[in-house]
Amino acid sequence: MDTLVIEPKSKTPKINFDASVGHMEISGISCAENSVEFYKPVIDWIDNYKNEIKKDTTVDINYKYFNTSSAKCILDLLERFVNLKNHGTNLTINWYYEQDDEEMFDAGSNFSEILEQPFNLIEIEQ
Amino acid sequence: MLNFLEIHNQMKANSIALSFKGNVTFELVDSIIIIISDKLDHLENDINVRKKVYGVLTECLQNLCNHIDKVDEVQVNEKYDVNSAVIMVDTEEDAYLIRTGNFIPNDKTEHLKKWLEEINLMNKDQLKELYNKILTNKVFSDKGGGGLGFVDIARKSGKKLEYSFQKIDDKYSFFSFQIKINKNKQV
Repeated sequence: MDTLVIEPKSKTPKINFDASVGHMEISGISCAENSVEFYKPVIDWIDNYKNEIKKDTTVDINYKYFNTSSAKCILDLLERFVNLKNHGTNLTINWYYEQDDEEMFDAGSNFSEILEQPFNLIEIEQ
Repeated sequence: MLNFLEIHNQMKANSIALSFKGNVTFELVDSIIIIISDKLDHLENDINVRKKVYGVLTECLQNLCNHIDKVDEVQVNEKYDVNSAVIMVDTEEDAYLIRTGNFIPNDKTEHLKKWLEEINLMNKDQLKELYNKILTNKVFSDKGGGGLGFVDIARKSGKKLEYSFQKIDDKYSFFSFQIKINKNKQV
């Protein structure tokens, strides 16, 4: 399947999903007023990945900020990542946050709690 | 002769002041957010305060756009321009202040008032619970957020939402909204 690459814009994050190595990366800002539209192809891609799933899947997520319009979409896509475990992959989710950024740290732990899936919460220097 | 030196001097140094009245579009909202966040990057050292102001402003302004979308353009009031709104961002000694004002149809005020009252009665933990309840209910509104906006504003600011409604005719009321974000006193 094709690698999904979406370049970052002022209100949408960078997406780089590579099925051949089982590595998915999301980084940047997500604050479009209508996020459903942006995340649709991203979510579709995850659903298709099931058919070519790798033994190990690593997800690197590094949001600087997301708005409430994005929050539901992010939960939706995280849930789909977690469900990949039912298709026989070892899943690792790394959630990065800027040093001292309590909000993004809390957001990561909250998603992890809701999904009952451990995340590696990793602090990065600003 | 025009001389704005006095006005220039009266406006505090190292502060943010912005006022706007007019039609609010998503393009305008984006521009305001870019201007304010550029200034914040220079003025505010605390990453958490910076992100809170940025986040609350984004939610307030996107809220405003979503509401104004719904005002029926055919309805006019001779005294007020019901399609325009006000946005004010100001700095106080110990806080940032975000104020918005817009017209909403009278039949929407009761629902909004109840929602804001409900949020204001909640403590930090209850707000988190409400946020997660809305987050996980799988109902996406057409804009995606599904009612998280004001809950998020209350959580980020840690303050009560301040608001009032003033009925202007049998169709519309004016909705005034204000939220403060404290500066970090230790810095």
